[in-house]
Amino acid sequence: MTTAVTQRQEPAGAPPGAGSRRLTERVFRIRESGIIAVLLVFVAVTTAIQPAFLNEQNLKFLLINTTVYALLALGETMVVVSRNVDLSIGSVLGLSAYVSAGLFGPHPGLPVPVVFLAGLGIGLACGIANGLMVAIGRVPSLVVTLATLYIIRGIDILIVGGNEVVAQTLPNSFTSIPRASVLGVPYLAIVIAVVIGLGAYYLRSFRSGRELYAIGSNPEAARLAGLPVGRRVLAAFTASGGIAGLAGVLWAAQYQTVDSTAGTGYELTVISAVVVGGVAIFGGSGSAVGAAIGALLLSSINSALNVLGISQLWLEAISGFLLLLAITLDRVISLRLQAALRRRSAGVGT
Amino acid sequence: MEPDRHRLGVAAQRALRWESGLALLVVAIVIFGAVSSAQFLTPTNFFNTGVTSGEIAIMALPMTLIIISGEIDLSVASILGASSALLGYLWSRHWPMLAIFVMVALVGIVAGLINGLLVTRVGLPSLAVTIGTLALYRGVALILLGPNTISNFPASYTNIGVIAVPRTDIPWNVAIFIVLAIIFGTVLHATATGRSIFAMGASPEAALFAGIRVKRIKTTLFAVSGLVCAMAGVLWTFRLATAVQNNGLGLELDVVAVVLLGGVSIFGGKGSLLGVVLGVIAFAALQNALLLTNFNQEATGIVIGALLLISVFAPNVASFRRAAVPRWVRGRFGAQSSSIGADHD
Repeated sequence: MTTAVTQRQEPAGAPPGAGSRRLTERVFRIRESGIIAVLLVFVAVTTAIQPAFLNEQNLKFLLINTTVYALLALGETMVVVSRNVDLSIGSVLGLSAYVSAGLFGPHPGLPVPVVFLAGLGIGLACGIANGLMVAIGRVPSLVVTLATLYIIRGIDILIVGGNEVVAQTLPNSFTSIPRASVLGVPYLAIVIAVVIGLGAYYLRSFRSGRELYAIGSNPEAARLAGLPVGRRVLAAFTASGGIAGLAGVLWAAQYQTVDSTAGTGYELTVISAVVVGGVAIFGGSGSAVGAAIGALLLSSINSALNVLGISQLWLEAISGFLLLLAITLDRVISLRLQAALRRRSAGVGT
Repeated sequence: MEPDRHRLGVAAQRALRWESGLALLVVAIVIFGAVSSAQFLTPTNFFNTGVTSGEIAIMALPMTLIIISGEIDLSVASILGASSALLGYLWSRHWPMLAIFVMVALVGIVAGLINGLLVTRVGLPSLAVTIGTLALYRGVALILLGPNTISNFPASYTNIGVIAVPRTDIPWNVAIFIVLAIIFGTVLHATATGRSIFAMGASPEAALFAGIRVKRIKTTLFAVSGLVCAMAGVLWTFRLATAVQNNGLGLELDVVAVVLLGGVSIFGGKGSLLGVVLGVIAFAALQNALLLTNFNQEATGIVIGALLLISVFAPNVASFRRAAVPRWVRGRFGAQSSSIGADHD
């Protein structure tokens, strides 16, 4: 009886049992509180050694540097939660950054929102192409997006052809976007935080958002339960592409010089951030907020190395180590959860 | 579930067709190259094509076995980079070359073992593990060399990039590839271990119940991959006569692309070494032909990507209904649930 109710409420293929929902929720909480704790400890230790870490200027830099990654992490979370992966985001970002910011060259008076729309359109087109191939072609997303990583970057290189977008062609209204602030907080960081909040709310509370988790935790069961797996996966890739397109425009506003290498290798950094933030790489669990905190943690480490005068050379090794640590901990927690569930259901049985 | 024997038979047939298709593709590329450039069919050009693709080809061999076993290794190019950096670092510290080789080989094996143990003993998905070690090992290269470039290697070593194996026209790295391809091909297709690798890729549970030491074999495969990539790092360093932290950056995707182009299934359990060798040749010839036709060299990714897409779509047209969930993604409990799902499919 209770089992039936649980299943109806939670088509996510959660293990049946009266306590499973509460337990799962608790693990979600543990997961995010874990990453938040790591972030806080890290900030505390760094500040204790070098108080300049928490000064206004540095915090602003930190937030601005996080925005692009955190935004990309939101899109990647939607894809990863559905047990897929999108490796093409770095290339989409690069293409969008060049094409959209390049519009200012021939059309200096172009309104900034039009440029954002252009970036969004490019991203959506790429995302839909990925999504269609994965959802309809039923081929693994790793291979599809690996191929589109190459193809989109290649198209970018052909379009750029050795040119670059230079800062002088960009209007002030565009380049000031990352610098504008409200009460000392970068305006952009607030907007991105709201967007991530909305995305997280969607994934957590909307039916179609929950269905992404269901698909990710058990694609076959989701299909048998009548969920529109193909459409949801297509939507996730479309969102990821669109977000990467927008991130490309922001990237251009931030760095102001765009050549054909913009965003190269971002896909792996973003996947690291997502996984460090507690999203399981094989789908079904994790949250967009966790992923954003993962991105914040990675750029905090970057910033801390700067402030502490430690060579930037350590960054890559540290973030790799952190990723391994995160997935190992995640594995240990999920094993504990399984053991706890088994004990619980054994208790119910007797 | 369909019987395994039937599945293997179908796989063999498909591989055969795939390989003949690839051979035709290679012929087409060669004709295209010969028609569009007079330089294409010259011995010098063959040498250059071989020498520039040698390391990718070498790394594709252990990758083939790993993907057939149902896993993936994205850290290969970082192991190449780390071993290149270590070579440069130790050389700048005046170590004797022989000791450096031993050290680099050991570090390669350890790097592979870390991957393998995290995947098999901790039970983590290899995709996530090797994305982590991709950053970690590249980070080691960065820490070792920083922004420095080491290039004072003796000419007797750096000559391997310009001089062929005596009395042949074959570059050194291609010669090593050929030897390794024979070894890997024999292991994969003519030994019990090779059959075990196919079995665990097709169905890990069945392989385990059949008494195959899945974990041990997979760990060994990752360690061998580490060793081979370390060797590729040494070749790369000498060929370019430079040790620098970003040697081979991003090559992992090329290696995976070549293996998949060779007809190896990303789901594991299917593929052949001959296919991968043909895939390597197609990849190298295509890049070279595009280079000679003045196609923007960096944009050749478009063609490689398109080939990759065709390579996954072509076999899928036949088995359209089959669920498309790669094994490295399933994780442990995922694997159980999808095999339950297969009963209903």
